[in-house]
Amino acid sequence: MSKKLISLADCCMAFDGELVLDHINLYFNDSEFLTLLGPSGCGKTTTLRIIGGFLTPTSGEVLFDGVRINDIPPNLRQVNTVFQRYALFPHLNVFENVAFGLRIPRTESGGGRKRKVKIPESEIRQRVLEMLDVVSLKGFENRRITELSGGQQQRVAIARALVNRPKVLLLDEPLGALDLRLRKDMQSELKRIQQQLGITFIYVTHDQEEALAMSDTIVVMDQGRIQQIGAPEDIYNEPKNAFVADFIGESNILDGVMHEDYVVEFFNRKFKCLDRGFAPMEPVDVVIRPEDVDIVPPEKGQLRGTVTSVTFKGVHYDTIVDFKGFKWLIQTTDFHPEGETIGIILNPDDIHIMHKSAYSGMFGDYSSYSEEYDDLEDVSLLEEGVGDEE
Amino acid sequence: MKKNASWLNRFFMVLVFLFLYAPIFVLIVFSFNDSQSRTVWQGFTLRWYAELFRDRQIMSALSTTLLVSLLATLIATAAGTMAALGFFNMRKRWRGVCMTVNSIPMTNADIVTGVSLCLLFVAFFGGWEAFAGWCNGVQGLIRLPSRLHMGFGTLLIAHITFNIPYVILNVMPKLRQMDKNLIDAAQDLGCTWMQAFWKVVLPEIKPGIVSGALIAFTMSVDDFIISYFTAGSSASTLAMVVYGMTKRRISPKINAISSLLFITVLTLLIIVNVREARMEKQAARRRL
Repeated sequence: MSKKLISLADCCMAFDGELVLDHINLYFNDSEFLTLLGPSGCGKTTTLRIIGGFLTPTSGEVLFDGVRINDIPPNLRQVNTVFQRYALFPHLNVFENVAFGLRIPRTESGGGRKRKVKIPESEIRQRVLEMLDVVSLKGFENRRITELSGGQQQRVAIARALVNRPKVLLLDEPLGALDLRLRKDMQSELKRIQQQLGITFIYVTHDQEEALAMSDTIVVMDQGRIQQIGAPEDIYNEPKNAFVADFIGESNILDGVMHEDYVVEFFNRKFKCLDRGFAPMEPVDVVIRPEDVDIVPPEKGQLRGTVTSVTFKGVHYDTIVDFKGFKWLIQTTDFHPEGETIGIILNPDDIHIMHKSAYSGMFGDYSSYSEEYDDLEDVSLLEEGVGDEE
Repeated sequence: MKKNASWLNRFFMVLVFLFLYAPIFVLIVFSFNDSQSRTVWQGFTLRWYAELFRDRQIMSALSTTLLVSLLATLIATAAGTMAALGFFNMRKRWRGVCMTVNSIPMTNADIVTGVSLCLLFVAFFGGWEAFAGWCNGVQGLIRLPSRLHMGFGTLLIAHITFNIPYVILNVMPKLRQMDKNLIDAAQDLGCTWMQAFWKVVLPEIKPGIVSGALIAFTMSVDDFIISYFTAGSSASTLAMVVYGMTKRRISPKINAISSLLFITVLTLLIIVNVREARMEKQAARRRL
């Protein structure tokens, strides 16, 4: 399980002098589901293309099983890719698309000399049908690609990659073009396939929910740098800096001062927390997840604030509360109308302390909540636009 | 009022088509006229067509035309496809510049193309004479011809030259429609770049290549002016023979051969257009 399969050692990538990957050090274990997560332009797709062999890093090394593969072209790597918009071959039917990789004669150097090896037709047939079974597309062999739905095309793309028995499968935002329900189905489907075949999946996405749901390990990236590596729970509960805290889920991020171990001060009040190892009186970022806050009557609260807006979200209400000019997002199942004064209680395990970073002060205030939502939508639109142009 | 307008519309349309097609219609009808006369109908005959096939000059011109057109189409299609691939892999700005440069020869007057090619050949032959003289002087192993003349070779080069832009123009949109990831995907699945080209890119752009080749062939068969300036005296195409015949005693054979040329080009153009319509329909279905 913990065998290092691929490592990136000090990889940098520059396009036209612009640094896209900034000294990336990363390794991928055998048979794990690893997700590269980050906003568009963070370098996650570049990282994937370096592993796939479509890009050569400007500096640094790519190691596969300890062997340097920087200069090995994609066709000779034991890695296969599922592309963003599937990139199926429209002139071939489903069977031939999946069989494509198997029909390429490979040179094998056995006994000191190279020879071309062709896989016999009967074996091709068996392997293709087997793989179509794995992706639940039995009986679709003779369909034309154009006759398939988005989800089915997605499955063909996965089968086409997996039939070559790669050691690693790279997936570049494979569910981006599917609608929400289909995406959820495919998420569990992908996880099942990964566990069934026991190979490494390296998955690229900007969708944090997707990453949390599927991954063994998440690598959060921004501006060409790795911000945090960890299991989904760790990333969510113990974000390393304000960027991670904001990108994964919703967070209220406040300025605080660490008085001593387990004691933090914010809003001129000391709170108990579970964090330690900070310098005395060190300024810190305090993260409080909106779902961890308990609302109580004002006289019982540690802090008192006024509700400024309420949005119904189905399971809960998004309640924005003004605490002395700093607006918090609180998610509760109880309804508190606009204008009501409420109190809140924070338990020690609701509070997470982070060292100050370059991202401090950029996120975590919900004064302009609705605008932030608009921004998020813009990002996804923009990303689609960029993709189309490629 | 409205009724009048639409009546007028139709009248003008009929008039336009009459002016456009009546001469050709008359030409075809009189190619079957059993008389030397080009004005009086004297009965149906296939005599002129039969005579065409007995005419040595016309038959040799026919074979020249077909040979030049076929060879020029083949070479121009290969060269144009490769050029389109090159353009496609350029940066956007340079690609735009190249496509503009590519489309100029198509809108350029044939006579300018013809004369300039003719001048180029003459200049080259001048240089060749000097080079061959020098070369034959310093060594005795290979004897280079000291004089070159315009003929089949120059005709072929000229036809290839004016055909290439049409091929590029037809292949380019197909390349642009293609998902660029397809090449990556093929390489990812074990293809070298060349294998990816043959197995994935070529099938994708094939419709464009075939259209380009058909149009190139049509242009070649159709061409008179550029051929006239580049064929010299030893080779002549059908169009050139027809032109020559009009200078001498006019025979109804001209009607017959012109009719055949017209029908050939018309057929080719219909094929091209039907193919395009079908491809568009397919693309529309694919988008659904």
